[in-house]
Amino acid sequence: MRELRQVTSVVAIIDRPDIDTDQIIPKQFLKRIERTGYGQFLFYDWMKEPDFELHKPDFKGAEILLAGRNFGCGSSREHAAWALEDYGFRIVIAPSYSDIFRSNSVKTGIATITLPDAELAQLKAALAQRNELTVDMETLTITHPDGLAITFAFDEFAQETLVHGLDDIARTLKRDDAIAAYEAATPGRFDTRTLST
Amino acid sequence: MAGTTLFEKIWQAHVVDEKPGEPALIYIDLHLVHEVTSPQAFEGLRLAGRPVRRPDLTIATMDHNVPTERGPITDLIAKAQLDALRANCEEFGVPLNATGSGREGIVHVMGPELGITQPGMTIVCGDSHTSTHGAFGALAFGIGTSEVEHVMATQTLLQSRPKTMQIRFSGTLPFGVTAKDMVLAAIGKIGVDGGVGYAIEYAGEAIETLSMEGRMTICNMSIEAGARAGMVAPDATTFAYIEGRPGAPKGAAWDQAVARWSALKSDADATFDRIVDIDVTTLTPQVTWGTNPGMVVPVDGTVPDPADFADPTDREAAERALQYMGLEAGTPVTEITIDRVFIGSCTNARIEDLRAAATVVRGKHVASTVRAMVVPGSAKVKHQAEQEGLDKVFVDAGFEWREAGCSMCLGMNPDTLSPGERCASTSNRNFEGRQGSGGRTHLLSPTMAAAAAVAGRFVDVRELG
Ligand code: SF4
Repeated sequence: MRELRQVTSVVAIIDRPDIDTDQIIPKQFLKRIERTGYGQFLFYDWMKEPDFELHKPDFKGAEILLAGRNFGCGSSREHAAWALEDYGFRIVIAPSYSDIFRSNSVKTGIATITLPDAELAQLKAALAQRNELTVDMETLTITHPDGLAITFAFDEFAQETLVHGLDDIARTLKRDDAIAAYEAATPGRFDTRTLST
Repeated sequence: MAGTTLFEKIWQAHVVDEKPGEPALIYIDLHLVHEVTSPQAFEGLRLAGRPVRRPDLTIATMDHNVPTERGPITDLIAKAQLDALRANCEEFGVPLNATGSGREGIVHVMGPELGITQPGMTIVCGDSHTSTHGAFGALAFGIGTSEVEHVMATQTLLQSRPKTMQIRFSGTLPFGVTAKDMVLAAIGKIGVDGGVGYAIEYAGEAIETLSMEGRMTICNMSIEAGARAGMVAPDATTFAYIEGRPGAPKGAAWDQAVARWSALKSDADATFDRIVDIDVTTLTPQVTWGTNPGMVVPVDGTVPDPADFADPTDREAAERALQYMGLEAGTPVTEITIDRVFIGSCTNARIEDLRAAATVVRGKHVASTVRAMVVPGSAKVKHQAEQEGLDKVFVDAGFEWREAGCSMCLGMNPDTLSPGERCASTSNRNFEGRQGSGGRTHLLSPTMAAAAAVAGRFVDVRELG
């Protein structure tokens, strides 16, 4: 996974609540067995609407996405995070997220930053003057070139994962002793390979 | 010391390792796999040279992509994905209930049916409706593909402990009102993000008197309120459902299991981070009007006016939803006509759901303007329904009777809505385009869907007597 330390970019704003993962990547693109190449299908149906936010010329090249509350709700499809990342987004800023999307994002190298409404309003006001932000994942700060600076809270473990681009599985496998001890004390209830029906 | 909740009991029993400032390492007792969210996980294992650690605690099925009409699959990309699952299962030694095996079905119908969904377990699947299995007093939740790979490789997950919420349904369910109406009303009340960060326990008289099918319907839709997990304490109803199924303990082991499982409930003095009370005695059949499951009204109500929403964000969302749905504020729900009916999905395609719907359509006929289909949740449900003659009831009434699968719940297979088509659906998501690009979905119970099929519009199932 790519490291995620600092991003400076224009910000794309899709200020709608409850953007579900069916919108982010519709089902017809989940039939592929690859992990890459989903960016071209991002917001597939909404992209057909001429006034969809991502068509705005000032949002071109954005690596930061600002969205409404409960972003990424619905289906667990990690393809949604893959599509956002493949399209170029590394940072999402919103008032809240669905739990599964937040977890999928970390594994995809995307930081989901939660800000309270008041700070989001400040941020939007600053962006309306000049559309650019720097997000620093090591210091957990967002800075606007006109001087606005916001610090945000972020899960420490997720931060370390993102900043260093760490692989969860390799880390967990180092705890094999604990897993083996648990298994020795807890026999499986059944063997799915021999279920007679 | 204060008592502990059902959730806490299961969680504590599964902590493998815990370090301060880090998510806990949780053991997973059962991993369910399907074709859509697994290929990249298997590929990750292959690239890293890692095996599936516990194939004996893993089982796969084919559901999302499969056509529900007999005959060979014609969608070559879907076929490649199904073939990949078959090859991956063979390579990694994971048992597979493939199409045609007689054991296939929607993953959340298959688990309980096999008796491998049991109280006190941790169960995961690369699918957000894994919460369904919580109906058995299990901690069950959906995960993404990276987590699927993590479970395959380690049989564990790194999880932050969620907060706890109890939703108490008091009173006796009135005639014509179902588990689906209970959960839709709950989502309408707490909102589609009301459960974010929580594991929900459903309790109260109206839950205790529900069948396992009804409890599964409710737990299934926990995720539509944003909660990854929903659960119900196991009781005699639960044990009766599990007993004798292939994965259930047998003989003396059964008695010991029941004794253990009987202790799995929240203590009387346990505390929850949030408690929500819902009185079911005044509950009415529910129908969604918008583009998320929280946009819901009683069938005797009207399409809401966006101007009545205090929050500007909610107002804009309602305006957009009405536009997408092609609805006018103030329209009585019973005046909305429909083009399609879908009875199916992991929410409402179990035998009890089909029986209930069949009761409504028996001796009647689907309206000439409506195309209606029933898609059983699994091959076993289909078989059972055919034994009971339900297929004949549906076919005589003008329904299409299909093979098991997810079907038009998400329309990955050929079963989709066309743009502008309006569908009464027993599934769980009414998102824009969910059942087909431009399609308009209204969620409701199986009996309400059956009644709508006959009338060609929404009707209050209570008036049919
Ligand atoms: S029936 Fe629908 S919600 Fe359930 S698993 Fe299949 S696609 Fe997902």
